[in-house]
Amino acid sequence: MSKEEVVLLDFWASPFCGRVRIALAEKGVEYQNREEDVLGSKSELLLNSNPIHKKVPVLLHNGKPVCESTVIVNYIDEAWPSRPLLPTCPYERARARFWGDFIDKKIFEGGTKIWSSKGEALEVGKKDFIEILKQLEGTLGEKDFFCGDNFGFVDILLIPLTTWFYAYEKFGGFKVEDECPKFSVWVKRCMQRESVAKALPEPEKVYEAVLMLRKMNGIE
Amino acid sequence: MGDEIILLDFWPSMFGMRVRLALAEKGLKYEYKEEDLRNKSPLLLEMNPVHKQIPVLIHNGKPICESLIIVQYIDEVWHDKSPLLPSDPYQRAQARFWADYVDKKLYGLGRKVWSTKGEEQETAKKEFIECLKLLEGELGEKPYFGGEKIGFVDVALVTFSCWFYAYESCGNFSIEAECPKLIAWTKRCKEKESVSSSLEDPHKVHGFVMGMRKRFGIE
Repeated sequence: MSKEEVVLLDFWASPFCGRVRIALAEKGVEYQNREEDVLGSKSELLLNSNPIHKKVPVLLHNGKPVCESTVIVNYIDEAWPSRPLLPTCPYERARARFWGDFIDKKIFEGGTKIWSSKGEALEVGKKDFIEILKQLEGTLGEKDFFCGDNFGFVDILLIPLTTWFYAYEKFGGFKVEDECPKFSVWVKRCMQRESVAKALPEPEKVYEAVLMLRKMNGIE
Repeated sequence: MGDEIILLDFWPSMFGMRVRLALAEKGLKYEYKEEDLRNKSPLLLEMNPVHKQIPVLIHNGKPICESLIIVQYIDEVWHDKSPLLPSDPYQRAQARFWADYVDKKLYGLGRKVWSTKGEEQETAKKEFIECLKLLEGELGEKPYFGGEKIGFVDVALVTFSCWFYAYESCGNFSIEAECPKLIAWTKRCKEKESVSSSLEDPHKVHGFVMGMRKRFGIE
């Protein structure tokens, strides 16, 4: 009986790695987790597996690398087809991909503007970020999850990013729960899932990591 | 009753051209609507309220936005003709990775090549060529990125080729000199009617870029 070898090149604080951990857990795939020292020195394996971007996450499936978290989540969904993460209807799939792309383009970069700026730039960053969350809140509507009744692709792409929100709140002087209460309800609903709770770091720990990042970048 | 397909587009957009190409590959008839991006139509604003950008595909009244998402949608709905993505999950992941690479790098760098000067332009040119060389490496000895037939990555990348003359002219360099295999690939693609009918004339694109440079005061 052949055994699948699945290895994840990982970094605990990375929300992009979090996506892959959750997707693998949702599919019940056993894997080996290798923590990378991304701020220090990257392993040979990482540099060889992802020579283009040299970043985590990288999924190695029977030795073959897949890079870019959204590409990896799509791959996991297709390589282990039971319990699909994407809807079956092409139009709904396109909608899910659209919001996944929106999340990819806006959230992490928007949040970075908050923790890495001061004064006027910080205020603008905060305002823009809240606007982005309100747009997501609007598309969620009254649904439990972004694509309907089932936890899936869009939820997986977004929920790990929320572990950085505590840091944004501290630096920006705001609370996501006050600005976007429905969004916060969705966050809590996702965090109740075992696959999510086990995969994600404590926001307080992420906050400490961001403090270190700020110091490293000379921001006071 | 047939499908009603409308494409909201802007003629020089390499992103819009991707959708035209995918529709042509599938042999689909559609209504093309040119948008004036300085005066966007109510239809565009209604169909893409989030980004307010082209291309937008409207299929039986329902909008799909973002060019690569539209191409995947077209590939899935009309899956029995000219498949653009491979069926094997690992190969699909590789195709998505490289299409994502094109999206992340080429437009931004290309824009810097035509819209900046001096040091900034030189840096952009260098990085732009490096990206094309990486893509050339990925193509290898295959006729197309998709193997024996054009695929997802070919669609994602070939539409940039009608902007090459504009980039070369603004940046004073030759892409063919740096990446001959990639240029050979663009010529091979253009032998296909679906590609040649979807790409704009490079001289027309060049004229458009010159107009933009004047508008932005770049000399």
